[in-house]
Amino acid sequence: MSAASGAAPNSQADVGGSGGDGPGAGGAVRARGSRHGRWTAPGMLLPFGVFYVVFLLGPLVYTAVAGFFGGSLVKGGLGRWVGLKNYREALGSADFWSSLGHTFYFTLLTTVPLVLIALVLALLADRFARGRWFFRLAFFAPFMLPSAVISLLFMWIFADEIGLAQGVVKWFGVETPPSWLGDPDWAMISVAAATVWWTVGFNFVLYLAALQEIPAEVHEAAAMDGAGPWQRLRLVVVPMLGRATTLVAVLQLVASLKVFDQIYMMTSGGPDDSTRPSLLYIYQTGFTDGRTGYASTVSLLLFVVILLVSLVWFAMVRRTEKGS
Amino acid sequence: MAALTSAPARRPRRRPAGVRQAGSERLFNRVALGVLIALALLWLVPLLWAVITSVRPPGEIAREPTSWFTAHPTLSSYRQILASGRMPYWYLNSFITSALTTLLAVVTASLAAFALSRLRFRYRRPVFLLVLAGVMVPPQVLMIPQFLSLEATGLLNTYWAVVLPQVPNVVAVFVFKQFFDGIPTELTDAARADGASWLRIYAQIVMPLSRPAISAVTIFAFVWSWNNFLWPLLVVTDPQMMTLPVGLNSTQDAFGLPQAQLMASAVLGALPLLTVFLFFQRRIVEGIAGTGLK
Repeated sequence: MSAASGAAPNSQADVGGSGGDGPGAGGAVRARGSRHGRWTAPGMLLPFGVFYVVFLLGPLVYTAVAGFFGGSLVKGGLGRWVGLKNYREALGSADFWSSLGHTFYFTLLTTVPLVLIALVLALLADRFARGRWFFRLAFFAPFMLPSAVISLLFMWIFADEIGLAQGVVKWFGVETPPSWLGDPDWAMISVAAATVWWTVGFNFVLYLAALQEIPAEVHEAAAMDGAGPWQRLRLVVVPMLGRATTLVAVLQLVASLKVFDQIYMMTSGGPDDSTRPSLLYIYQTGFTDGRTGYASTVSLLLFVVILLVSLVWFAMVRRTEKGS
Repeated sequence: MAALTSAPARRPRRRPAGVRQAGSERLFNRVALGVLIALALLWLVPLLWAVITSVRPPGEIAREPTSWFTAHPTLSSYRQILASGRMPYWYLNSFITSALTTLLAVVTASLAAFALSRLRFRYRRPVFLLVLAGVMVPPQVLMIPQFLSLEATGLLNTYWAVVLPQVPNVVAVFVFKQFFDGIPTELTDAARADGASWLRIYAQIVMPLSRPAISAVTIFAFVWSWNNFLWPLLVVTDPQMMTLPVGLNSTQDAFGLPQAQLMASAVLGALPLLTVFLFFQRRIVEGIAGTGLK
């Protein structure tokens, strides 16, 4: 459809520009800057625009509106207007706050090691041009795998009695190792450890790219000045990674705040809801309990939290965009 | 070995300071390499253990669950999974939905990016910012209205239910626009002067020049769609229609499946994308570096 509307009206617009309703200057600007029909740009934007509006913008507006209604999955539709009742219920609900707390706890447990380990791995790997494919394979390949595979692997590793993790800890002399996924104190830590294994490769690759943008002269100049390898890393290289670190950290924060898959599969949010994150809470209230209105409210609250973090990212991208 | 390759480069400097420095450099490199190799091996443990478990006979696993060795390696678990399970369907469903999602995402995003990059029209800047702002909306918080609308249209348990909501890919628009911006305007201006329509310029000049951007977006859209879990979990309940991740999750729910078979399904689930990764390692890594940092 955009094919027809994109090609045909060009000649019309050019004619219209010279002899049409607009003042002469306007026509000249249009003729010089953009010789295309009035419908070319909208036509090319339309296919994406339709998907964007129907599956992103529209649902966002719907979520915001539905949060003020008592919609239910069974009856369908928006339901009855309830004003701020859902918001009062969510903000006064221990379950809402504990799930948000678990989300933050998971985010903390993953973001810190995922940034630090990735940085260290990249700093080390950057020194070796040969064999880099092996490190990329070892650290990055897990990132490509579906969360379901990760969950299967680590449920076996963290299994009671027969799992590898308990075996290793016993080998180190701990006689009664914890039930990794069954103990409320350890479940989240175990899931976080699996997540670090799974996704560290992504940050590793981002850091490696940033390191490669540091010109060789910088290393050489520092070496000429008598700086040893450790000093060069600490005083020259790491400070130059500031921008990369901000981006890695923000991307990681946003990703961790959206945690769902591995927790859903490995612990189902348990034991005793001790690992239930916000998205699982939305899933349960919306689809298990069928309270779509209330779940919309919680969705919007989680969205605001994630938005605040990603605004930092957005600001940085815009700055780059302006600079280029 | 890498320590040896870097050492000769510094040898010509024969001043005492230089010699001492090369020594510390070599030591540092050796330690770094040792730490790196140890960590890389540690990182390979879960996958290796899954592979080993999957080829051990069940009786042996019951006797010695954490052993790394097997006296009688067997592929029987794989045979059982492939024969009895729905694995072939899941592969096919994942492939079809991911390919459709990717195709639609590449076409729609590149068209929009072309308009935003090459055409001058009113509200261009606001439109671009509106599209870019979409990157801050996690699709997961939209699952309720998305589910309700697909339920209302009767599309649940179809490929379209899995595909359609994943099509609007803001990052893809961004990647394409960045790439198109770098294509010299002289090329498109010359074609314009010859009377080519913008759509022809897009299809015959700009897109053929944009192979790197197309392959980066294709790989990411495909992998992301292939690995998506929450959305297909919501809209597909028919076991025949499940995608691979959702199907694997249902395997795990099936109580009493032997460990060897669980690990065999994990390995089978890992294989397609591991293969993709081995073939496109460079592309993927460069793509991430490009989209993540720019």
